Amino acid sequence: MASGVKRRVKVPKKAKAGDTITIKTLISHKMESGQRKDKDGNVIPRSIINRFVADFNGQNIIDVTLEPAISTNPYFQFEAIVAESGEFKFTWYDDDGSVYDTVKKIEVS
Amino acid sequence: MKLTRRKVLAIGTGSLAYFSLCGLPAFASLADDAVAELTGGAEIEEGGVTLTAPEIAENGNTVPIAVSAPGAVSVTIFADGNPVPNVATFKFGPLNPSHMASTRIRLAKTQNVIAIAQMEDGSFRKAQSNVKVTIGGCGG
Amino acid sequence: MKLKPIAVLAALFTAAGAYAQDSNTLAIDGETFVTETAAPAHMENVDTIYSGWRFRSTETQALELDDFDNPAFVFVDLGLDLWDQVDGSEGKSCSSCHENVEDFAGLRAQLPRVENGELVDLEDLINECRTERMGAEPWKWSGGDMTAMTAVIGLQSRGMPMNVKIDGEAAPFWEMGKELYYTPVGQLDMACSNCHKDNYGVMIRADHLSQGQTNGFPTYRLKNAKLNSIHGRFKGCMRNIRAKPFKEGGPEFKTLELYLASQGQGLSVETPSVRN
Repeated sequence: MASGVKRRVKVPKKAKAGDTITIKTLISHKMESGQRKDKDGNVIPRSIINRFVADFNGQNIIDVTLEPAISTNPYFQFEAIVAESGEFKFTWYDDDGSVYDTVKKIEVS
Repeated sequence: MKLTRRKVLAIGTGSLAYFSLCGLPAFASLADDAVAELTGGAEIEEGGVTLTAPEIAENGNTVPIAVSAPGAVSVTIFADGNPVPNVATFKFGPLNPSHMASTRIRLAKTQNVIAIAQMEDGSFRKAQSNVKVTIGGCGG
Repeated sequence: MKLKPIAVLAALFTAAGAYAQDSNTLAIDGETFVTETAAPAHMENVDTIYSGWRFRSTETQALELDDFDNPAFVFVDLGLDLWDQVDGSEGKSCSSCHENVEDFAGLRAQLPRVENGELVDLEDLINECRTERMGAEPWKWSGGDMTAMTAVIGLQSRGMPMNVKIDGEAAPFWEMGKELYYTPVGQLDMACSNCHKDNYGVMIRADHLSQGQTNGFPTYRLKNAKLNSIHGRFKGCMRNIRAKPFKEGGPEFKTLELYLASQGQGLSVETPSVRN
């Protein structure tokens, strides 16, 4: 899954200090459960995103442990409260050792 | 569509067949074990955590769920009819005001989705919701 | 044993308490979509046409209301990468010739259409570009690259009314598609019309039957978590009635696609839609 992984993140570009904002994230990933078999009857090994972390200016918003029961292209929606301008960092950890991240800036007035 | 006698008969036999296939309760011991592992066997109270899930999922592959637990440190989701009951754990950080999150999960069949919240005082709270997973006609 | 169609139908269909399609309006980013309109004059015994969106559950419908929540947009992103990706012996990408993908606004709503005496689909036009102008290999009809690209191009027509030409030189193709629509096939001896014309709105096992409209394709299906082409969906239907599917991109499916598109005249293009 190292190539062609799409990270989609929706955060407002601007907010007022102390506002609660909604964040949506999605990453393209098969989330192979380890429960399926190929046509020769061999188990297809598990290969999933196992952790997702959202931080703002180094402080944590949410830290999610994912199991194979999370759907293909893992999607999360959650809220955050921001006191100052800064940077969101979203990080996804793959079973294969890959780490994907993306950064979004927000202007807080 | 008009309800002809033939179609009324079809409704009867069709729904009977449907319920006889879907009536069995889920076998829950795997999930019980997983919950006990999380709580260390501590008592679990109802309330304090809200779980939102559809009553009927059109496809078990993508079932939207949401949890909300003000005052919780974390919420763990279980699905008692899946081959692996654990679904996800949400740990809420200091910048998270509402302690809510939503995602999309896989349910292998009709079963209970269970949310266990670990509160700041170390106690555990629980919410549970039964989701019927339909087998599509042509959707399945 | 050969079951009479009526016996099969009686066993399969159960009536829903209320018709699923009777409620809800679809709005995406403030734009309202036509999901219900008067049936075109050529349709017999059907007064109103409905987008497949109207037959889905609240949760499935919600996935299409916001382009971020819509999982199909992952594939739109991939399609936009492909748009700029050089491929083939001529060293060209789509964007080498087509400056703006937005210029394709309206195309999806008019397809399939007749060009040089042949009925062509969006997939044909894309592969013609690839083989004739890029010197690249054609894509598989329902492959991931193709459906990502048909989603990107189709998206440019989103919100526009379906408007295929069915007269003039399109007429014989349309007639052939209509013939196929009403012809029972397979071990269950069923035609498209048995489900999607005579019984839309009622349950087939645990599922709501739609009218089989094409305005949302390629569509992201929860079932397989990817984009599905129109012809790929036809194949699925044919397998369900125990028939040997026609070839994707072949004359049968193309003419059937034209006939179905003509049943949806006036519905908004929803590409890329979300279905179960």
